[in-house]
Amino acid sequence: MIALEKRPEPSKLWSWATPILAVIATMIAGGLMFAALGKDPVESIRTIFWDPIFGEFAFYYRGQLLIKAGPLILIAIGLSLGFRAGIWNIGAEGQYIIGAICGAAVGLAFYPWDSFIVFPLMILAGALGGFLWAMIPGILRVKFNTNEILVSLLLVYVAEFILASMALGALKNPDGAGFPGSRNFRSYPAAYNEEIITGTGMHWGVVAAFIAVIFAYVLLARHLMGFQIKLAGQAPRAARFGGVNPSRLILFCLGISGALAGLAGLFEVSGPAGQISIDFNVGYGFTAIIVAFLGRLHPIGILLAGLLLALTYIGGEAAQSSLGLPAAAIQAFQGMLLFFLLAVDVLTNFRIRFGKREVA
Amino acid sequence: MKRRTLLAASAAALALATGGAFADGHAKTKVGFIYVGSIGDGGWNYEHNEARKKVQEHFGDKVETFFQERVPEGADAERAITQMALQGADLIFTTSFGYMDPTNAVAAKFPDVKFEHATGYKREHPNVSTYSARFYEGRAVIGHIAGKMTKTNKIGYIASFPIPEVIRGINSAYLHAKKVNPDVEFNIVWVFTWEDAAKEADAAKALIDQGVDVLMQHTDTTAPMLKAEEAGIMAFGQASDMISAGPTAQLTSIIDDWAPYYIARTQAVIDGTWESKDTWDGIEPGMVAFADMSDRIPEDVRAEATQMIEDIKTGAYKPFTGPINKQDGSVWLKEGETAADFGDDGLAGMSFYVEGLTAEIPN
Repeated sequence: MIALEKRPEPSKLWSWATPILAVIATMIAGGLMFAALGKDPVESIRTIFWDPIFGEFAFYYRGQLLIKAGPLILIAIGLSLGFRAGIWNIGAEGQYIIGAICGAAVGLAFYPWDSFIVFPLMILAGALGGFLWAMIPGILRVKFNTNEILVSLLLVYVAEFILASMALGALKNPDGAGFPGSRNFRSYPAAYNEEIITGTGMHWGVVAAFIAVIFAYVLLARHLMGFQIKLAGQAPRAARFGGVNPSRLILFCLGISGALAGLAGLFEVSGPAGQISIDFNVGYGFTAIIVAFLGRLHPIGILLAGLLLALTYIGGEAAQSSLGLPAAAIQAFQGMLLFFLLAVDVLTNFRIRFGKREVA
Repeated sequence: MKRRTLLAASAAALALATGGAFADGHAKTKVGFIYVGSIGDGGWNYEHNEARKKVQEHFGDKVETFFQERVPEGADAERAITQMALQGADLIFTTSFGYMDPTNAVAAKFPDVKFEHATGYKREHPNVSTYSARFYEGRAVIGHIAGKMTKTNKIGYIASFPIPEVIRGINSAYLHAKKVNPDVEFNIVWVFTWEDAAKEADAAKALIDQGVDVLMQHTDTTAPMLKAEEAGIMAFGQASDMISAGPTAQLTSIIDDWAPYYIARTQAVIDGTWESKDTWDGIEPGMVAFADMSDRIPEDVRAEATQMIEDIKTGAYKPFTGPINKQDGSVWLKEGETAADFGDDGLAGMSFYVEGLTAEIPN
């Protein structure tokens, strides 16, 4: 008989070992799937996990890895604070969009003024836009006790319509012959989020993501607010008696995750994406939720999880075009990774016992 | 700027390492395709991929084709295109409007690779061409049929994004339906997506509930056609023959046939005669074609439609011929005047409805 026995404390060792175990399990199961599709499993796995970092074109892919992981990490760090406190901001995608719109609008308003002040102003506007968009579910929750999960999620769809409206109306490129989409920031250097060291993928959004990781780490480890966040998540009643102001905590967590998502949107629109377009958003706000949990809501974990997910995206794309793997197979592969992570998570909280269960 | 030189330098180094650029002979010409949706959508992306297969078939061993599907427009597209260029593509077709800026950005870094962008207008570098089809010619024909066939005088239209191409299609279909049936009304639903079977089906259902008996779509999946079949109404396929989704419902379908263009452009790369240009072909060279017309269409209507196709082909008839007013009542085209392709109020940048359409273009 195999029995599961709950551990008194989640295992420290397993909480670090399970992600590695999950990746290995994914490689095996994914390899079988690729073999069933008639592809060489070893080559497929190598194309996805190895080539982007060490392969022939790694000089290009390494930078792309940072570009892809940057917004995921930035958003996930913000979300993780709320998730730890039991405050569920599901609408980061919407805050990402609004941040991008506000930041881009500021930049475009100054076009073609060539001043160093333009980009900092855009950053402020981006953070503010995301912050204010997140304040809607925040204030509704505090004042009327509405459900922030629903409100923040539904506001994503509102944000998408505002985005379409901006791309077709107010922010449309006046020199664009009637086609939708804003001016491209590439052609406006003062507002362009250029790579800091060329060829590395290191743009300001990636820098912001790293700074966010450090700040979140310090906040959670050293700061009273971090303690309150953890307490509110683990023991809400005790938190209330311990002097935690729940309203303040809700507004803080939603506000900071909104501001970070807004920043991610601004850095994306002014850099890699380059312009406001109808379907500018590609789901970073939702994928970041996965990154946050994959990283166990821990800043360092999120950093690694963001890079890992970015790797499966970039390697997966490479496998599509070089090996002819269908897009659906790549998505199934990514799904497997998450599935195995959750599945092996059981080892963190439970111990496997072999033999007969003891009779009490 | 600096990154550009770095990448170009790396690419050049690579070319040296692998034994020289294409001109001095790697054996096969590599042709890449980037699709915005899945090749199994039964519409837009499916047809592009069919054309890719025909390129492969036509050239056999001389050419190697490869593709990537479901590439989001924006930053991801730039990576996907760069990846193809790095993998040694000589010619890359990017088949959605939103790939316009990424295509030009990558083209700047790989001057030896040729790029072909569908439905856009930017050719910022000598190695970028643009191409599109005059789908509105097809819309004119189906508009005519729809005007004749509708009993409720309500025609449903599932539109994707309010970009000139889609607006042009609505105007063309409406003008020709209206011409043969002055009572006709268009109900237009915007779904803000190219490919989302659930949203397209919802839109179709909403339109059917409003009492439309003919359905047109400017989205990529067969979901609206399936709904039309289910509800027992008539519909027109889009981009591809959708007869398997609507064996009874489909009256005909506008088919995008990219194969002749793709083959010609690949040949040009092989011959070294490729040049940057803009192509906007219609029914005449066969870029816009039609599925078999349903037996439900009466003989005389079918004859009229066939005649119209013939007239558009020979140039005897232009779908946008005046008098046509804009929605606000101002004159767009005077009696006998035909629409220009470019310039103010030209077809390429069309952003207004014609008179008679009651809805507003969302923005």
